[in-house]
Amino acid sequence: MSRIGVFICHCGENISRTVDVERVAEEVGRLPGVAFSTDYKYMCSDPGQTLVKKAIQEQKLSHVVVAACSPRMHEKTFRKAVEAAGLNPFLCEMANIREHCSWVHENREEATVKAIDIVGMMVERVKKNRILPTITVPVTKRALVIGGGIAGIQAALDIADCGHEVILVEREPSIGGHMAQLSETFPTLDCSQCIMTPKMVDVANHPKIKLYTYSEIELVEGYIGNFQVTIKKKARSVDEDKCTGCGVCMTKCPQKKIPNKFDQNIGMRTAIYVPFPQAVPNTPVIDRDNCTWFKTGKCGVCQKVCGPGAIDFEQQDTLIVEAVGAIVVSTGFDLYTIAEKPKGSPIKGYGEFGHGKIPDVIDGMTFERLASASGPTGGKILRPSDGKEPKQIVFIQCVGSRAREKGISYCSKVCCMYTAKHTMLYHHKVHDGQAYVFFMDARTPGKSYDEFWRRSIEEEEAVYIRGMVSRLYQKGDKIVVMGSDISVGVQVEIEADMVVLATAIQPQKGADALAQKLGISYDKYHFYSEAHAKLRPVECATAGIYLAGACQGPKDIPETVSQASAAAAKVMTLFSRDQMEREPIVARVREAGCVGCFACKKVCAYGAVEEKEIRDRQGNLIKIVAYVNPGVCAGCGTCQATCPSKSVELDGYTDEQIIAMIEAL
Amino acid sequence: MHSENQKHDFEPKIIAFVCTWCTYAGADLAGTSRMQYPSNVRVLKFPCTGRIDPVFILKAFQQGADGVLVSGCHPGDCHYIAGNFHARRRFAAFRKLLEFIGVDLGRLAFSWVSAAEGGKWVEVVTDLTEKVRAMGPMVEFKDLALEEQWSGVINTPELQEAYDAI
Repeated sequence: MSRIGVFICHCGENISRTVDVERVAEEVGRLPGVAFSTDYKYMCSDPGQTLVKKAIQEQKLSHVVVAACSPRMHEKTFRKAVEAAGLNPFLCEMANIREHCSWVHENREEATVKAIDIVGMMVERVKKNRILPTITVPVTKRALVIGGGIAGIQAALDIADCGHEVILVEREPSIGGHMAQLSETFPTLDCSQCIMTPKMVDVANHPKIKLYTYSEIELVEGYIGNFQVTIKKKARSVDEDKCTGCGVCMTKCPQKKIPNKFDQNIGMRTAIYVPFPQAVPNTPVIDRDNCTWFKTGKCGVCQKVCGPGAIDFEQQDTLIVEAVGAIVVSTGFDLYTIAEKPKGSPIKGYGEFGHGKIPDVIDGMTFERLASASGPTGGKILRPSDGKEPKQIVFIQCVGSRAREKGISYCSKVCCMYTAKHTMLYHHKVHDGQAYVFFMDARTPGKSYDEFWRRSIEEEEAVYIRGMVSRLYQKGDKIVVMGSDISVGVQVEIEADMVVLATAIQPQKGADALAQKLGISYDKYHFYSEAHAKLRPVECATAGIYLAGACQGPKDIPETVSQASAAAAKVMTLFSRDQMEREPIVARVREAGCVGCFACKKVCAYGAVEEKEIRDRQGNLIKIVAYVNPGVCAGCGTCQATCPSKSVELDGYTDEQIIAMIEAL
Repeated sequence: MHSENQKHDFEPKIIAFVCTWCTYAGADLAGTSRMQYPSNVRVLKFPCTGRIDPVFILKAFQQGADGVLVSGCHPGDCHYIAGNFHARRRFAAFRKLLEFIGVDLGRLAFSWVSAAEGGKWVEVVTDLTEKVRAMGPMVEFKDLALEEQWSGVINTPELQEAYDAI
């Protein structure tokens, strides 16, 4: 016979105001199996917990029901208290009489009756609770970082500096990401390359970091502490071990007119190339789509001039499997290209802005490349169409962002600041030029950010016009910008030489496909979702996977670096132990009943169901049954509801427990 | 919003089977936001709607429930990747079966309520309660439960007397 203790909490007045807690304690105390029932003002407080612990020992309680707030709030607290008193924590259940009762009903009688029912149901349930031992799983102390931008680099360096091996995977031929493309950074105007490239070199030289560039994630299997990741290393056509990075191949390559993506397609590169001179690794890649050898079978100049003989036209994509314990996802962002609206996308384009049609209408990142000392113009602000210096330049903010009717309702967060920076860079380089900015609001929270924005107006003479632009069109070699100034209520027309659009920040293309491989969730824009918006901002709901940078939402550099270090700290917390404990809410197979139909295997989203052979003593195969790997099982219970022979049970949510609750009605 | 003081002749019993991650949290949010709804509902928490066996719904009707609500994460939001899709399929088939045996499908509601939708939870619960209240008590399954007892256990003094007399 069970000796159940029931503890009813007043929660100050939160529960006792509408629920007659004494009556609940009294009525529940009469239920069969209940040995002790009491009420107390604050059950979660230290004296409240002591009351529970003392009652367990003095009354020799076998099970505990705490009727208080939501289990999402204090289930862990009370299970810990119960454990401290010598009971298995899973013999304690919470009855939610606050969020589901006292707070949502005003009638005292109705609320009290409902509270009695809720507690009664939990009493019946807890009778069927079983002792569940904690499950421990080993932890592989190696981390995978996906994405080699500033977020991935920071996370990889932090984890590696702690002495753990890190595998850094980057899709492009070089690490560096978008930060390497920037000219200067707000609010200090220090050169992005100068602060970024040393970190990239640190990654390349770190003994604990294994770098896979020009590689993608193919498959992710396993679970927290024990992931197996298949990485596809795309054929570089250059042997990384032999290549010295001398660059002769690039100077001799006859294909010289290929738009360089790193320079936003305004600069040109060769078919064998590194995206930018400071690339890490400094090993070129052959762009097979544009290489004459791969197109016609002739040429091979690079192979002829390469001293160490590193060029290998026969190279194939290779698959590499790495075992890791934690994954940091830092795939970053992409700019919304309003010129080419992806097919089937719910996001509407901005045809009225002529992006993609008028050559001198560019986006913010293109301006960065123009302003960059290592960019295609050597840092001179020149029009892409005719190479002239623009004397009148118009910046348009919130292109794509904050436009619900166009499909993106969020603020891209960095555009106000980078546009202010652009006006400064422009003023520094074109002294007699004039910059205009069309803006909705200036959003400049952050250390020294507002001061920086004001500087662009007060010292750098940028003219800020509050209002949006309705249309852009080409007139001769000028672009006419038609907009409104809502602060004075007039129409404005500016004949500009160049227009820069602060287009919205979006997740990288393929972010959804990667999320599906990893089993993490994402929002409707494909930004990855954190486990809790406030309290778990760097963890995914999927255990063992962490987020860093703009893949989770628009972020500036300091925020990205902080989040990357936070993700690294979470990984290190996981790696601080050899074994990790997990909740024992997992499915178990009753082998006697299992007929091996494997319906459970088909519905398991985690691949936790394996096939197990049962043999007699002579080794003859009797039958094949399902086996649930407790390390992989996430505890959803879909298998149990599916099993036709009721041979699999989810601990903590067994049929017995649930039927007992229903029968208590 | 529902007025708690209004008296009704019939108070239906509503059982809600919900998942921990979305609907249970949504119901918690309704509580933290102090929204008001009829007190007829009793909530049973599951890790995922995928865990909910249709047998539980039958059992609930048998135990005197007049209405049953199944609610989980929105499609695509399942904490367990695809549990709610399995649940959706299962209930689509199960509803047909219930209809076949003559249960009014108005008594069984299926909805998606996310952790951010406290208001939707109130709406869903209130709607079902009012609908079932208008439909009156569900008797069919309770009669079945009684029949089961006839064939099995003798649990009333009258029966015992009759049995002893034989």
